[in-house]
Order: sequence, then C-alpha cells, then structure tokens
Amino acid sequence: MDPHQYIAERHAWRRYWPTLAILWSLIAAVSLWSASAYSIEEVDAAASASDIKIESLAVPAAATALAESESVSESAPAAPLDFSAAVQALNAANFSAKEQAINTLAALGDERTRAVLRALADGNLQYRKSDDKVVIVTEAADGYRLTDPLTDSDLGNVDKRDVKKISINNQLRIVLREAIARLSLSSQRVDVRLTAVEELTGNLDEAGVALLESARINESDEDVIAAMDTALALPKLTAGDSAVQLQAIEDLQGSLLPVVRNQLTALADSSTADTAVRAAATRAIAGIQGELQFYALTETIFFGLSLGSVLLLAGIGLAITFGVMGVINMAHGELIMLGAYTTYLVQQAMPQYLEYSMLVAVPAAFLVSGLFGIAIERGVIRFLYGRPLETLLATFGISLVLQQLVRTAISAQNVTVANPDWMSGSWQINAALSLTYNRLYIVIFTLVIFGALLLLLKKSSLGLHVRAVAQNRPMARAMGIRTEWVDALTFGLGSGIAGVAGVALSQLTNVGPNMGQSYIIDSFMVVVFGGVGNLWGTLVGAFSLGVANKFLEPYSGAVLAKILVLVFIILFIQKRPRGLFPQQGRGAEN
Amino acid sequence: MDKHSLLVRLFYNDRGGSLLLGLLGVAIVLVPLLNLVVPEGSALHLSTYTVTLLGKYLTYALLALALDLVWGYCGILSLGHGAFFALGGYAMGMYLMRQIGERGVYGNADLPDFMVFLNWQELPWYWLGFDMFWFAMLMVVLVPGILAFVFGWLAFRSRVTGVYLSIMTQALTFALMLAFFRNEMGFGGNNGLTDFKDILGFDLQSDATRAGLFVASALALALGYLLCRYIVDSKFGRVVVAIRDAESRARFIGYRVERFKLGVFVISAVLAGIAGALYVPQVGIINPGEFSPLNSIEMVIWVAVGGRGTLYGAVMGALIVNYGKTYLTGALPEVWLFALGALFVLVTLFLPRGIVGLLNRKRAEA
Repeated sequence: MDPHQYIAERHAWRRYWPTLAILWSLIAAVSLWSASAYSIEEVDAAASASDIKIESLAVPAAATALAESESVSESAPAAPLDFSAAVQALNAANFSAKEQAINTLAALGDERTRAVLRALADGNLQYRKSDDKVVIVTEAADGYRLTDPLTDSDLGNVDKRDVKKISINNQLRIVLREAIARLSLSSQRVDVRLTAVEELTGNLDEAGVALLESARINESDEDVIAAMDTALALPKLTAGDSAVQLQAIEDLQGSLLPVVRNQLTALADSSTADTAVRAAATRAIAGIQGELQFYALTETIFFGLSLGSVLLLAGIGLAITFGVMGVINMAHGELIMLGAYTTYLVQQAMPQYLEYSMLVAVPAAFLVSGLFGIAIERGVIRFLYGRPLETLLATFGISLVLQQLVRTAISAQNVTVANPDWMSGSWQINAALSLTYNRLYIVIFTLVIFGALLLLLKKSSLGLHVRAVAQNRPMARAMGIRTEWVDALTFGLGSGIAGVAGVALSQLTNVGPNMGQSYIIDSFMVVVFGGVGNLWGTLVGAFSLGVANKFLEPYSGAVLAKILVLVFIILFIQKRPRGLFPQQGRGAEN
Repeated sequence: MDKHSLLVRLFYNDRGGSLLLGLLGVAIVLVPLLNLVVPEGSALHLSTYTVTLLGKYLTYALLALALDLVWGYCGILSLGHGAFFALGGYAMGMYLMRQIGERGVYGNADLPDFMVFLNWQELPWYWLGFDMFWFAMLMVVLVPGILAFVFGWLAFRSRVTGVYLSIMTQALTFALMLAFFRNEMGFGGNNGLTDFKDILGFDLQSDATRAGLFVASALALALGYLLCRYIVDSKFGRVVVAIRDAESRARFIGYRVERFKLGVFVISAVLAGIAGALYVPQVGIINPGEFSPLNSIEMVIWVAVGGRGTLYGAVMGALIVNYGKTYLTGALPEVWLFALGALFVLVTLFLPRGIVGLLNRKRAEA
C-alpha cells in the first residue's frame, strides 16, 4: 500500500470529529436551554414561598435567595414596634382587642401580615406558654414546629402542650377573611392576586363583592380582571331580576370553572327562573361543554404526542441501526436502559447538584451507550453482516448479558431516578387544561434530537458517508470511504441516541434491568410502520401510533389499546410491507 | 409401498434419528420401571421429581422439533412459537380447571375459582365444552392451528419474509401476552390456571400418573419426530427446502410458495400446541408468562445449539440447554443469563450449524 494513502486512511476518521463535535454541542445546547428554564422557575418558587416582593426576575437564583433572607431580617427592625406589637396584641384577652390588632396589622400593609392572619384563621397562630410569645405552628412528627412570625426563623420543635391556640370567634373569622382577601388583592404579585380572586369565586358575600369591585378599579392585569368579572357575575345568577341574570350569564360565557358550570346547571334546572334566563343558561352550558370537549381533545392529543415522543425516542436510534444500516439490534432496548442507568449513576455521583444532573447525564449516556454500541458492532455484528437472522439471535444474547450485568453490578430492583424541580409540576393553561412539564420537555427534547440527527445525516460528511455505504457498499469503498469506520461510527451514533433516549425515559418511567425489553417491540413497530430507512417515516409513525393509542384508551383501556395498535400494525404490514413511506429507488429492492 | 419399507426408507440415512428413537424407546420402558418398581432408597431408583423434569424436557424437545421444522427447513425464524405452545397449554389447562369441579376453594362446581373471585355468574361461551377431554384435545390442535393459519395466510400472502416476519411473530406473542394478563379475558389473568387435581380421573400428584405423562410425552416426541422426518423426506419437504434456499426461484418454477410455507407453519404450530398440552399437567400451571417473547426466543437457541435443519439436533439442543438451565439456575442463578446470552453469541459466531454440524465436521475430518 502506498504510504501516503496508508497514512491518509489511518487518519480518515478525523474527518468525522467536526460532525461529532456539532452533535455534541447541540446536545449540550439543549441541556443548557433546559437548565436556563429552571433558574427562572426557581425564583418563582422561592418567591411564592415567602411572599417577598421581587421586582426583577432576572436576578440570578442564588443572589435572590440571599437577598430574600436578608430582607426579612432587615425589614424587621425597620418597622419593629408596630408590626411586632400588633402581632403580640393578637394574643389579647378579649375579641374586640384582637379585632383591633387585626385591623392595625392590615393597615400596616406589611408583607408578613398575610401569613400571620392566615395562620390565625387556620388556628395555627399560637402562643408559647413559657413566655407568651406568639408563634406560627406547623405539624411535626412529635408535636409542633414553631416559626417566628416576625423573622420567619425556626424556633425548634415543642410538645403540643407547650403552646396554646389563640382563639377566634365567628365575628373575627369574617374580619380575618376580609382582611386577608384585601391584603392579597392589593399584593404586588399577579399570581397572589389571581389566587385570591379564585378563592373568593363562588363564595362571595356582600362585603366581598364590595371589596372585589373596589379592587377591580385599580387592577391592571387582564387575567385578574377576567377572573374578577367571573367572580362578580356568579352571585348575580341568583338575583331575582332576569335582566341582571341574563347579563351575568353573558359574562360567564366560556368560563371553565366547575363552580360556574354547577351554578349554571342549577339555574337551567330551576323552576323559579324566567324561561329566557333558563334558555340562556342552557346555551351557555352547551358552549362551556363544547369548550371542555375541545380542551379534552387537546389534552388527549398532547398525551398522544407525549407517548409518540417516547416511541420516537426509543425508535430513532433503531431507525439508524436498523433503518439505515439494516442491522437487527435486539439489544437496542438495553442500550436505552444503560442510558437510564447512567442518569442514575450521575445523580448518585453528584447528589448536591441534582438540578444540573441532566446536563451531565445526556452527554454521559450518549458516550456510555455509544461506546457499548461500538463494542457490540466491532465484537459481534461485523462478523454477521448479511445474515440478519443470526444478527438477531446474537444481539439478543447480548441483551441478556447486559441485563444481567446491570442486575449483578447495581441491583435487580428498580432504582429511583429523581426528577429535577424544573421537570416536575405542570403548566396550568386554564381550569380545564394543564400539561406536565416533564412530558412537555420530553416532546421538545425529542424533536430537537430528531432535528439534530436529520441535520447530521443530510448535511455532514459523516452523514454523506453513512448514506453512501447504505446505498452501495462496494462503490463507497471504491471511492475511498473507510466503510468499517463508518459502520462502527454509525452504530455508535444509533446506540448513543438510544442512551440519550434512556435519560429522557428515566424521567417518565421506572428504571430497572427489564426496562429495555418493554421498548424493543415498540421501537421495531415504529420503524417498520414508518418505513425502514426513512427518518421522517419514523417521526410520523411514532406520533401517529402514540396519538392513536391515546384515543383508543378511553374506549378500550390501556392494555387493549396497545394490543389493538399491535394488531393494526400487523395488518398494515400485510398491505404495505415497506411501511408508510417506503424507500424509493435501487436501495429499496433488497 | 408398505409400512416397513417406509420406515426403512426414513431411517436409511438418519443415524441420529435412529439413535434418538432407540433412546426414547429405552426411556419409555426404563423410566417408569426405575420410578415405580425399583424401591425407594435403591441406587437405581428414579425420583418422581426427576421423572417430571425429564417429561418436561421432552415436551420442550417436541417444541424444538416444531421450531426446527419451520426454521431449519423452511427458513422462517418464528419468534412466536411460545404463543402456540402456550395456547395448547391453556386449552389443556382449561380442561384440567373444569375437572377440579367442586374441589376448588369456593366449592363451585360450574365456575373455576378465579371466576367466582371475579364475581362472574356463568361460564363464558369459550369455556363451554372444555369439561370433555376429547373437545379439549381437539382445541389443543385447532386453536394454535387456526391462529397459525390466519397469521401465516396474512403474512405469507403479502410476502412478509426474513426479519420482518420474525418481528411480526414476536409482536404476535407479545400482544397475546398482554391480552392474557387481563382478568377480563377469562383465563385467570396474571395467575393463569393452576391448582389442578386430576386428568381423566387419574390423580395428578400420584407417581403412576407422572410416569404415564412421561410416557405420553416420549411417545408424542417419537411420533412427532417420525412425522417431521416423513415431511422433510417427502416431495413436499423437498419443495419446502427449495423455498428456504431460493424462494424466488421456487416461485418462478411454478410452486405456490405461500401454500407450502403456510402448510409447514400450521403443522409446526400444531406440534407446538401438543407440546404445550403435555407440558401443563406436568408442571401444574400455565400463566401468561409463557407468552413472553423471551421464552419464544429461548426456544430458538435450543434449535441453534443443537443444529438447525437436522431434527434430532433440535431435540438434542433442547435437552442440553434445558439441563444446563436447571443446573445453573439451581447452582449459580446469577450466571444463567450470562451463560444463555453467551450461548446466543458464541453459537451464532462459531457454531452456525450447531453441535450436530460440529460432530459432522469432526467425522468428515477423521
């Protein structure tokens, strides 16, 4: 062999590094983006915990947390006498003195007031028998945990007999409710005001109506105004005047709150109301029902897309190894499992940085599964090219070994992979529709991975070589492509993506040695259904199967839906053996 | 051609098969003798546990034989033969369930315990007739046969071949597993069918019944072997092998390829169903786990280890691998899956023709 050519071939693989680097930075970018979403939410969470006013959300999380603790201790001496004295005065001997203390507190407008008053209303404001100090109590394992209402600091745990509740009567309860509502409605934070309005909705008395109406004049946020209008319109439904009732029904049109629906239904069924009013109420209910159905449909579609993205994640790596290379890899599910276990190990290694664990886990899982994949390709599969059934059996053997490896090395039981905070919770769009963040992020994450892969295959030199080798191996070799390297790297790429899928799936399902098996058949179905060798087909196949599954579920139950989908695919393959989007051209003939 | 010359013709060139049938004949006589006649405590005594274990192996061997017929001779790698095996087993299990009668925990003569537990009032229609042995045996043959016919008809007609077919069969058994796990199906759900009392009036726990079941399994295996050997040596079998080696060519010559495939597939499924029916009374339980794709693919490795396309190799593979499994899961449970996995890899890489192939090569070299 010509020495130059030899050297050139020896270094040929370097050509692929830019490609891998691009893929890498894309993955890192996704992870960073997800992490930045987290920092905003943490500020939100911290703020709602203590109701401290935060002017700008752009302050970094840690700094805000610091500022928060300082502002409490600083503001305490700023208005010490009035607030602390008033709090202490809540523990007065008679109810009228207490009422005065409540009014003083409300007038002070201190941000801590709301917590104190709420604790008083809930019976959690008590005083310590030893020194008569007023404290806020929370249930603890053995007795109460005490918190200082002035500084919000922990005063330790005590026995339940060491403190005594500050008693209130019905008169005080009404005063309290109004004071809390007023304070909340004048809060600077939109979500506090919104929650206050929502709490008032459906149980407004006359004073509440007056309060809400006065607050509405100063309100600037549209969402809050809309919520206030709904709350104000509700009591008018029961007014005697049918013109007022009709106007109220008009105002309530399109509201999704259950209480609105109940009251409208009651009105439509009531025998005392005017016929026109009842007809209007019935129409409004029909409108609300229609809207609810729409949101239920949206939710089903979202669940379907979410399941579809799981299928796509599981299948996309297979679309490379099976679809492009034609290798039946029964250990694909186990490569997903390895990715999930990598997430677990990363979290174990850095428990204090749980929030950032995904950032490390995604590239780590890509590497781990990718390297395992390359090892499998070099060690076993390359000897079996052209013998698909043997490949199937050998890789199945590998899958058994990998499962047992995890069982022996880590545990036969399922392990717990924690959800970072930014992945938990849900996005409440309105009363009828909320989307959980983990599913939402995974749909987006899947699409990004898909896009990156598509870009890689269509626009990079590695992708060009992969396609060339897939189409005509001898010709590609004749053109100087090192087909062996391309095989190994392609297989590594598909396996690495399976690992990344494992990271995402660890946030949705149980992580155990058997988790891979539950995905392998689904993955093959998706790839076969979509059309082998066609990434877009895999995308369409995964999402349509996911959505179809979720639409069937309400009628047939989850298991039967899965069976029906399987049967459907089996029948579909009869009709179109090459899937939804068959490969065109010469490559399709084999 | 009389019967004698047929047998001679079948075994003229089949030393492995002759050896197998000879061994089976010896076992049919010797095993019950050693178990029932030789007194306990004697060195030659065979415990009932061993007899049952051997009987179980023989049903596995019959299953491997069925799989070898489609895979070794027709090139159809079925990853769903566990489904036919389990369906035959369920048909037998339903008969045994009905035989329990009033001896169940709830003492209900008409309904099996799990149906009473689920508050069912009457027997579902598909359970009717299973109190009759002949009907149950008919179903043992018919249910796997019809399923294989429908599935095969759909698959072969549209020319689904190779790995696609393998994955379809795997999906089939996976779907059935999910279905049988459902309580609403009326097959005992997760727990399956168990707690059997007797078969044809014979107590299932007694030594004599166990020995009888062993003999039945050995006979079934011997007959199954004869049937398969007859099939592969017939003209039909020659065409099937031709299809395995060059499907398009066989089609162009004028053979209706899908009919031949369908025939082999159905016969194989029926054999698997019979194996399942013999398996259930010996192990005393049938549950949806038998449908799991892992089971089906494990069967493939029995055939691969023994040597596919040789019939007796499949039987040998089933016996060896299952003996190894029993030994390893008892002695070193951690190692079994490593060993099985390694077996898959090593056999495909180094022993493509199995142990029989290795022996033949050694003999050719010598």
